[in-house]
Amino acid sequence: MRAISRNFEDNARAGLANDNLQQALGLAQTGFPLRRRLAINRLPEFEALRETGRSIKDHTLEYLDFYLEFYESKVLASGGKVHWASTPQEACNAVLQICRSVGAKTVAKGKSMVAEEVGLNEFLEQNGITPVETDLGEYIIQLRHEPPSHIIAPAIHLIKEQVAETFRAEHRSLDPDRSLAEPRQMCDEARAILRPHFLAADVGITGANFLVAETGSSIIVTNEGNGDLTQTLPRVHIVMTSLEKLVPTLEDAGTLLRLLARSATGQEFSSYTTISTGPRRAEDLDGPEQYHVVLLDNGRSALIGGEFQDMLRCIRCSACINHCPVYTAIGGHAYGWVYPGPMGAVLTPSLIGIEAAGHLPNASTFCGKCESVCPVKIPLPKMMRSWREREFAAKLSPPVFRTGLSLWAWIARRPALYHVLVEVASRALGWAGRGRGRFRALPLANGWTAVRDLPAPEGRSFQSLWAERQKTGAAK
Amino acid sequence: MRVALFVTCLVDFFRPSVGFAAVKLLEQAGCTVEVPRAQTCCGQPAYNSGDRADAKAIALQVLDAFAGYEYIVAPSGSCAGMIRQHYSELFADDPVNLLRARELARRSWELVSFLVDICGMRSVDARWDHEATYHDACSGLRELGIKLQPRQLLASVAGLRLKELPGAEVCCGFGGTFCVKYPDISDKMVTDKEADIAATGAEAVLAGDLGCLLNIAGKVHRLGRQVEVRHVAEVLAGMTEAAAPIGVGR
Amino acid sequence: MSGSRDAILRNIRSSLKRGRIDPKTEAGLRARVAAHRRNLIPARAAALDRLQTMELFVAMAEEVQATVTRLSSSSAVAGEVARYLAAENLPAELVMAPDRSLDAIPWAEWPLLQIRRGRAEAEDKVGLTSCFAAIAETGTLMLISGPQTPTTLNFLPDTHIVVVNSDQLVGCYEDGWDRLRTSGPGETLPRAINFITGPSRTADIEQHIELGAHGPRRLHIVLIEDDETRRSVQDADQPAAPTH
Repeated sequence: MRAISRNFEDNARAGLANDNLQQALGLAQTGFPLRRRLAINRLPEFEALRETGRSIKDHTLEYLDFYLEFYESKVLASGGKVHWASTPQEACNAVLQICRSVGAKTVAKGKSMVAEEVGLNEFLEQNGITPVETDLGEYIIQLRHEPPSHIIAPAIHLIKEQVAETFRAEHRSLDPDRSLAEPRQMCDEARAILRPHFLAADVGITGANFLVAETGSSIIVTNEGNGDLTQTLPRVHIVMTSLEKLVPTLEDAGTLLRLLARSATGQEFSSYTTISTGPRRAEDLDGPEQYHVVLLDNGRSALIGGEFQDMLRCIRCSACINHCPVYTAIGGHAYGWVYPGPMGAVLTPSLIGIEAAGHLPNASTFCGKCESVCPVKIPLPKMMRSWREREFAAKLSPPVFRTGLSLWAWIARRPALYHVLVEVASRALGWAGRGRGRFRALPLANGWTAVRDLPAPEGRSFQSLWAERQKTGAAK
Repeated sequence: MRVALFVTCLVDFFRPSVGFAAVKLLEQAGCTVEVPRAQTCCGQPAYNSGDRADAKAIALQVLDAFAGYEYIVAPSGSCAGMIRQHYSELFADDPVNLLRARELARRSWELVSFLVDICGMRSVDARWDHEATYHDACSGLRELGIKLQPRQLLASVAGLRLKELPGAEVCCGFGGTFCVKYPDISDKMVTDKEADIAATGAEAVLAGDLGCLLNIAGKVHRLGRQVEVRHVAEVLAGMTEAAAPIGVGR
Repeated sequence: MSGSRDAILRNIRSSLKRGRIDPKTEAGLRARVAAHRRNLIPARAAALDRLQTMELFVAMAEEVQATVTRLSSSSAVAGEVARYLAAENLPAELVMAPDRSLDAIPWAEWPLLQIRRGRAEAEDKVGLTSCFAAIAETGTLMLISGPQTPTTLNFLPDTHIVVVNSDQLVGCYEDGWDRLRTSGPGETLPRAINFITGPSRTADIEQHIELGAHGPRRLHIVLIEDDETRRSVQDADQPAAPTH
């Protein structure tokens, strides 16, 4: 997917001005966080499971080469194939090759962020193969030619009227006067429209929430059932996934599964959690004849052992996104690529470079909410700060801020001078604002005063008042 | 107990009243308070901007200025958090100063949590006939676990009715340089915060961090609202007569 | 693609600042996988007796909009299915898994129930299956694919009826996997293991939860209490004996 993260400031402003988006985000704000809270309140072991989840992932990353080879041997033993892809191009080519080998015309797709990452849909279309998104949210945005704005609820930026408008415009064979006022009606319509696609598709592509080394399995966690139809009905099942999804055993997957649904939507367990291992067996009555896993690196192997390794623990639950006050202010499209919110702020620069995604780790107050809700305890603010350090070292931040900060630091390291300047400035500004007690506008402070008043200082610095107090020995 | 006050750059420049309120409370708790002259800033602006070199230099200055005190207390969760949680990260590859940083961290506290958790203060001798609400500043809340302590002490202020703020724990949009680098996003966040405050019907809003308070007060006044914005220390120390609310002229 | 395979593994090792792991470490890792030790199991799902397991399962399943009917014997299943379909205003037709465990049910006593055995097709409205295990922890059904248990039955029809025997009830997911490991033939898992918790749903439009997105809109569980479970139920219903 093409990244427009460079335009973050414009994108964010557009998001803030978009009334439909603001309405939709308002709904999202109370939905997921509240449900997550309720689910966690019911599970006393949640905190302990977070710690276990973290250690399972860390252990796997420490021995990722072993686990990948073990995993591959199990996939092969069950009749599947593994295609290792260093780059998005290799991943796309692998998929194309498989599709061509069976003469595929249409591909049914379950939701896959890795597929978005490599731009699979566009690539397939360019090569004469039609991908049909089957996840309701993905289907809606496919019709609208929009990218996803959230990693588990891709159409979260839309209000129902917008969905209705899209369905009316795109489902032209249906009665134009039909009612589409309620989500129920749109859901039924999508179900009816998409059902034939599942049945006709030659190839089904899903993502994977986890890969299990012990059994050579892929796991998808869904609610709609489209992922299961996608990987059961067509002749070929392709799993688009990446290196860090791997866990050692089914029991390890179990621990992470207990964390995932609760952290994501506040469910105890998703409607469908499916463990897939290889193609259909000889006596099976249904199931795909071929099972392929496209295993993408795209820079992840380089993150291991470095300051961003912890990001590879991510289980794509979206809790950080749902709880981020910046995300809920501007929406997911502002981030300009596949992964929004705090996890996107850390991961995107890792995958597409800090020059292209520089704003993302900067557009954070470090409030720390993301880290506090992450089921595998990823220190997101710390890693955003690491990106800021790299930007500073490479002089990528805007000169006015760098100069201002250097000046501040230079003065702050000279306390005697600092105290004089602070006293002078507080007297001056205190005097200037003494009547109203605040400024509507102030030279050099436009970043602040554009949107809020600046309270005036009291007019003396604490240090000078304290020095006076010490001299006179006055008791308070 | 010999306490060194970490003034914080915002209190020093904008609102010394908060510093004096802190001193009064610490003395009430039985501490002797000194104010090292060689302090300026905790280094957080440099640290959060990715300028490790300057952050380290400023931190070293803090290590030197505050050596030898039993406790260091700051009327700010964000500065106390910087010292307690982040100084050791700054000196991770400098064993000698790492030791000093860890040792300083152990002695460093945010004001209200120090009064309650270390001094054992359970009530204050103050009166303030107001209905107020309380905003939980992010660093104090998430880095230092400050939640109950201010509420415990505020409950003892005569005449004060405390209403819980819906979304008390949601960031106000200050975030240091964030509020001037991304003013539109910051504006949305502080506008939502103001709306939450207005919805409580409270006459006043309190918090333990001046950064948040300047941000919130700035928005309150830009919108023409009448809510009184103060640092919690001023109320606990019974010093609300001594200074006008934030952003209000004398 | 062996070029990429080697490159990726090489990159991982270089990031970890080492070469291939040594044989001793590898043996340790293999042993860890083979042992597949359980991690922390929530207390809710651990140390439950038969009655508690069943009650938890029913409560959790109903919480996610599955419907549950408890019967005392498999001879009542056909009648229950007929009743359910009529109550839901559905035609008395269904496709059933060719699962031998369902043969013992006296379907012939309900000749108006039209039953086809096999996998599901697009036109099927009602599917009926057994299950491999029923997990009380979250009211989750565990179904496995196989020659007698096609997975299309779980997803294509609009209504899914699952017959569960109370001896299939277990506390946690790990209990389910352990049963599979000891019961299944050979080293490989079945092609698909479906953990099903309630009917299909989506919240993709304005966070409204709607049932029946692509999978079944209705999930009906017919739970047959075996003798031992029934005795626990009766014991639980007895008033406590008076003490003097």
